[in-house]
Amino acid sequence: MTNNKLSFNYSSKRNITEFIFTFLSAFASIIVLMPLIFIIIYVIIKGGSELNLSLLTQLPEPPGDDLNNAGGVGNAIIGTFIVTLLAALISIPIGVGGGIYLAEYSLKGPFSKFIRFGANVLSGVPSIIAGVFIYGIIVSTRIILGSNFSAIAGGLALSILMIPTIIKTTDEGLKLVSNDLRKASIGIGASKFITIIRITLPAAFNSISTGIVLAIARASGETAPLIFTALFSFYWPSGNDMLLQPLATLSVLIYNFAMEPYEAQNQLAWGASFLLVTLILFINLLARWLSNKTMEK
Amino acid sequence: MPFNEEFVLRNRPRMEKIIDQSFQNLVLLMASMVAIILLGILTVIFLGSTESIARYGFKFLVQSEWNPVNDQYGAFTAIYGTLLTSLASLTLAIPLGVGTAIFITENFIHHKLRNIIGVMVELLAAIPSVVLGLWAVYIMEPFLRPSFLLIHKYLGWIPLFGSEPLGPGVAPAIIVLSIMILPIITSISRDSLNQVPKKLREASYGIGSTRWITIFRVILPAAISSITGGILLALGRAMGETMAVTMIIGNSNTFNFSIFSPGYTISAMLANQFGEADGNQVSSLMYAALVLMILTLTVNIFAQWMVKKLSLKY
Repeated sequence: MTNNKLSFNYSSKRNITEFIFTFLSAFASIIVLMPLIFIIIYVIIKGGSELNLSLLTQLPEPPGDDLNNAGGVGNAIIGTFIVTLLAALISIPIGVGGGIYLAEYSLKGPFSKFIRFGANVLSGVPSIIAGVFIYGIIVSTRIILGSNFSAIAGGLALSILMIPTIIKTTDEGLKLVSNDLRKASIGIGASKFITIIRITLPAAFNSISTGIVLAIARASGETAPLIFTALFSFYWPSGNDMLLQPLATLSVLIYNFAMEPYEAQNQLAWGASFLLVTLILFINLLARWLSNKTMEK
Repeated sequence: MPFNEEFVLRNRPRMEKIIDQSFQNLVLLMASMVAIILLGILTVIFLGSTESIARYGFKFLVQSEWNPVNDQYGAFTAIYGTLLTSLASLTLAIPLGVGTAIFITENFIHHKLRNIIGVMVELLAAIPSVVLGLWAVYIMEPFLRPSFLLIHKYLGWIPLFGSEPLGPGVAPAIIVLSIMILPIITSISRDSLNQVPKKLREASYGIGSTRWITIFRVILPAAISSITGGILLALGRAMGETMAVTMIIGNSNTFNFSIFSPGYTISAMLANQFGEADGNQVSSLMYAALVLMILTLTVNIFAQWMVKKLSLKY
């Protein structure tokens, strides 16, 4: 049989080479997947075991106060929501508005080329630089009502990271809307403003919201822009000026407490990681569901 | 119905015109925010660092002494650390990422399984870097230390492995960084491999080449431009990545050739010192931030140029 030229020869040099490369690429995929699997497993084991009511409702204890109990992360959960919400409130109008300009008003001009290029460059700016920038213009100058480190500064820093993503997805989403819709709307006498608000934006709603949700998912896990803008706090956010006060967030809590020499604080960091990863994976699944809905259309 | 005689050409109401025009101006302003923010970042960082630039000039880039007490600042260790960790992690991540991308674009396994791998890679990108740092400090580094010790024992005569791995250091930082950039490389390579026209593959099979000859000689060359763009984007990300690196690199400004000793990167230095710095230290940190900004901007602009210039072929 070995002499039969038509049968598959396992020991030919060429087939062995094929097998080796197939094996190598499969091996690469396994290595790539391992970190994800191990991270999820450890976050569930070490963080999930911390999960109880006091983790969700109590305040964190300052490191070293009580060696056996580090309290909870209640204020950091609220803080993460507040600062992400602030960032979304700032970046959604700017991002969607900018995307509308690019796709509806100036599809091919040099200015829109420059802005598209700028959005790509801005999305590559390291997140820590966004923090340095906000520290330079807002925190150190105390420009907002004399406040120093504040929730608003944190929200602004995060919004810098969200704007390019939202602009790009709005731009792409609007470009996919059929031109017939625009012509029909203009044809029955609607103004450009009405056309955009009532026709093209709703038609692109799913893809724009996917982009917004993805930007929120990224922002809610960011730490670097917050460590010297929103800082950290051991108290509940409260009072009329709570947005002008330093604010605790889950990500900064993980960073601060992971580096503490106390066991109880480290455990708390794992608990907070579990909450943060759950939150972010949930938001990501939401985005995936939204984009699948777009595909079906 | 015949044309109504009352039909008159209606002028657009003034209000409608005003709304239209102001809406256009509003969205124009919002689009300009991108440029304003970019220029603002460059201005703030440049103005913040002028004092330090005037004081130390280019010496800042080649000196490694960082001493707030004597007011002596040089960022060589951090700049070296940034370049070393990002380039080394890229070297680790390119074969793994591109290999995975090939594995999930070819039909080695069922397409549902391939999709699952693709989704998992994207989920890896969603893990916050601070959680990755926590995992690296408490799980990964202790797990890898025995193998680092082994390398040090047998290859310790090479300066690169010259010091004993005792905990946080440059080597675990490189590994964490490559975990962080793998998803970028994999998903961009996967997209660009998927875009290679089917005809090329069929033609190659038709003249008798095997699967891997087709991959290496036809498909990869066709997709190489956007893969390179993705790799450059990953390089930019690796240079600016902060939290996980800060937690695992050991934060030491003493220069050491060995990758098992603690080191520094620019972003880690910023994360560590910026909050408590004052005076000359702030301006020196701003100078370091400027260096980082220039590095990432160059890489990013080059990446975009590359993708645009070379992706027009198909």
